[in-house]
Amino acid sequence: MTASTMPVLAPAYPEIWLALASMALLIFGVFRGDGSTRLVAWLAIVVLAITVLLVVLQPDATETTFGGMFIADGFGRFAKILILLGSAFSIVLSLGYIRYERMERFEYPVLILLASTGMLMMVSANDLIALYLGLELQSLSLYVMAAFKRDSGRATEAGLKYFVLGALSSGMLLYGCSMIYGFAGSTSFPLIAQALTGGGSASIGLVVGIVFLCAGLAFKVSAVPFHMWTPDVYEGSPTPVTAFFAVAPKVAAMALFVRALLSPFGEIAHDWQQIVIVISALSMLLGAFAAIAQSNIKRLMAYSSIGHVGYALIGLAAGTEEGVRGILIYLAIYLAMNVGTFAIILSMRQKDRMVEGVQDLAGLAKTHPGMALLLAAFMFSLAGVPPLAGFFGKFYIFMAAINAQLYVLAVLGVLSSVVGAYYYLRVVKLMYFDEAAEPLAKPVRGELGAVMTVTGLFTILFFVMPGPLLAAAQTAAKSLFP
Amino acid sequence: MPLLSIVTFLPLAGAAFIFLARGPEEIVARNARAVALWTTAITFAVSLLIWLNFDNSTAAFQFVEKTAWVGAGINYHMGVDGISMLFVILTTFLMPFCILASWEAVEHRVKEYMIAFLVMETLMIGVFCALDLVLFYLFFEAGLIPMFLIIGIWGGKRRIYASFKFFLYTLLGSVLMLLAILYMYFVAGTTDIPSLMKTGLFTGQAQTWLWLAFFASFAVKMPMWPVHTWLPDAHVEAPTAGSVILAAVLLKMGGYGFLRFSLPMFPLASEYFAPFVFALSVIAIVYASLVALVQEDMKKLIAYSSVAHMGFVTMGIFTFNTQGLEGAIFQMLSHGIVSGALFLCVGVVYDRLHTREIARYGGLVNIMPKYAFVFMLFTMANVGLPGTGGFVGELLTLVGAFQANTWVALIATSGVILAAAYALWLYRRVVFGELTKADLKSMLDLSPREVAIFAPLVVMTLWMGIYPAPFFDVIAASARHLLEQHQTALAAAKAVATAAR
Repeated sequence: MTASTMPVLAPAYPEIWLALASMALLIFGVFRGDGSTRLVAWLAIVVLAITVLLVVLQPDATETTFGGMFIADGFGRFAKILILLGSAFSIVLSLGYIRYERMERFEYPVLILLASTGMLMMVSANDLIALYLGLELQSLSLYVMAAFKRDSGRATEAGLKYFVLGALSSGMLLYGCSMIYGFAGSTSFPLIAQALTGGGSASIGLVVGIVFLCAGLAFKVSAVPFHMWTPDVYEGSPTPVTAFFAVAPKVAAMALFVRALLSPFGEIAHDWQQIVIVISALSMLLGAFAAIAQSNIKRLMAYSSIGHVGYALIGLAAGTEEGVRGILIYLAIYLAMNVGTFAIILSMRQKDRMVEGVQDLAGLAKTHPGMALLLAAFMFSLAGVPPLAGFFGKFYIFMAAINAQLYVLAVLGVLSSVVGAYYYLRVVKLMYFDEAAEPLAKPVRGELGAVMTVTGLFTILFFVMPGPLLAAAQTAAKSLFP
Repeated sequence: MPLLSIVTFLPLAGAAFIFLARGPEEIVARNARAVALWTTAITFAVSLLIWLNFDNSTAAFQFVEKTAWVGAGINYHMGVDGISMLFVILTTFLMPFCILASWEAVEHRVKEYMIAFLVMETLMIGVFCALDLVLFYLFFEAGLIPMFLIIGIWGGKRRIYASFKFFLYTLLGSVLMLLAILYMYFVAGTTDIPSLMKTGLFTGQAQTWLWLAFFASFAVKMPMWPVHTWLPDAHVEAPTAGSVILAAVLLKMGGYGFLRFSLPMFPLASEYFAPFVFALSVIAIVYASLVALVQEDMKKLIAYSSVAHMGFVTMGIFTFNTQGLEGAIFQMLSHGIVSGALFLCVGVVYDRLHTREIARYGGLVNIMPKYAFVFMLFTMANVGLPGTGGFVGELLTLVGAFQANTWVALIATSGVILAAAYALWLYRRVVFGELTKADLKSMLDLSPREVAIFAPLVVMTLWMGIYPAPFFDVIAASARHLLEQHQTALAAAKAVATAAR
């Protein structure tokens, strides 16, 4: 074997295409200037659509390349499609905002593309080093995006906060990786798994490494106790950026979390299971209780997302194929609900001013009956009330928990979902039971209306035909357990 | 022909029709009322076909429909037997009156109101028809959304507090049932209700936990003492038709749940917990009756009387004998009609004077003779006077309880006396006495619309009291089957225990 052998590129076509296309768009944007932002944004959506197509067209099998550092499997493909959809929706949501809030610069869609490239790499990482590379490409793009509104003090603060805390967590993650490398002898997931087979308990050094790895990843998914950055960054960032943060990176980090724990450390699940159980339970409880007092809807959504991460982590705590299936279903439904909710938040204007107080929604049912109906559907769905989609997400997560005999965690989960229902109901109450002090402006922008309608219909009508998504998640989860 | 699906989803189609209506508000409101009335009336007519074609001789599920839905043992499975069929009829029977009762009382957001009621009807019928646990849970829980909105939007002064309390209380009860459903799915590999009814699926200990989880949900829904506190608030604040639906149908879901799930699926645990349920039931009967005596709000008084009457139902269910069981089912049906009618009676005077305070009334018999007659009849039915529907159910549950436990029957019987006290005293304060208050003098007697609401309810109450046989014919086979199954399960468990020894 010579050093010049080309690795097989086919499994990485989507990533390669996305990386090349985003660089091409960057050059295009530099030459055409900021006036081309709208065009670049639409081209970025086309690029993402083509990437989805490339992912879908990949063969069903599991393939590795780049010396085993990169893996393309069903699990990854499912997560990638969610990530790409989330990114595409985020660009659509930002079209109006970046124009009216004077942040119309062509780098914005390009940054989303670069972050998406990083996320796809994260999802496909089969090696600690590949994991870190993908994670950093994603994180660096996100730090810039958080502070994209350069002349806003809050956005700059959010960006800086995110950067400092993110760097800290990356450091912890890297430290954990080095410990794992030292004690397992390899950075490759399959080789680590091989080193661990047969030997009952893991060495203490390895466990410390896993703890640091978990801490770093928990930060990225914003699970308690590494959640502190979330409310501030969500509130401070420009709203379309928050919408992006709430969906695509969450899906990517969660998928990475699942693969990084189950693939190399599946054999010693009992050593890390209790960590996941604790952060899952704490996230659910904190998400439920802390959100009650919020008056800013972006902060409310931040705490809501912390809670939802807690639910998704139940599936990881179960550590079974069913758990992974539950996570994937949950993430897909979570994506739709959050994109829809943020489309509505982005439509909250009074005269020329964007507003983000929960109180500003008062009386929405009178002034915008359609939008109020959709937001009510999203809120009931987030609360997990049947027959809306969110119920099915929780249903499969709890099913995994019951089958893995995590009864206490499941009971904590359902109880915190009742607490959580309170603040979701509060939003419905404001819209339907109260009178508007100052009604929101009309009309709702066309593309926002379209996004909220599509995601709303998905949320409301999911129960009619849940089969396809469940089957896809089932196949995807299976690929992680060969 | 998928009769059950048609009856279930017909109201939803009506709701969709109203949803699509556009135009000036007044015309939309008028059309919404008309469409809602027609939809509920047609639904009732179609649902009668179920009764006409119902085979009384079998305990098996009838009109069964089964199609793939979620997959992996979770299917869209509908069907009715002697226990559930009459609840479907009860629901469809009462809905047109709810719409009529809201004809003038609801003035704003009429379109949304009618949509909420029609969606609610679909969900309620679905609960009684579902033969799959997940499908059942879907209907059971989804009903919270429209009811939350009905109380919260069209309710009284403290509507927000009441709607939140209603929603969160009920949700808290049911989420534990969800976990129990998942566990059952894990053990049995299916959520098909007829398959889960086969005995011996769950061990004794598992049954205990599962029973408690289901109990949490149904006890709140029923509601049993001490988790009944959401009911008076919800009843008082809900608009008249909302109270009717709550009292007549939603409460029955709890009793239905005990009959459909707790008894056949967890027979050992049901036997084990029967004394516990008896205790809660008699406390509910006596305590709620005493509380009802001191109420100053008409709706609150009737709400507490509902709690007491539901105590008879839970007591009857857990006697595990024919009289108790059939009496409980009959009591639920008659209470559905009587309490619904009583809330409508309160609605009549509330529409005129906009207060429910008992002290604000008095002497109505002088100006509203028709109203006085109707109210009298339903008050008597509530007390359980022979000749009305209320008597039959109460008597049978007491007879059943007497066989199971004399003391329980003895204390429960005192509830009948207390019921007479609070109901007749309410009637006296509202209807009899001097007509002294000036604003009462201008009140009009029942309008033709209101007469049209009450006449069928009067007929039903008397029919159920004088000739209840058609109802028992429907119930009998299924009730007998349920008891036989229960005995078999107990005998099997005993045999296992003896063999182990």
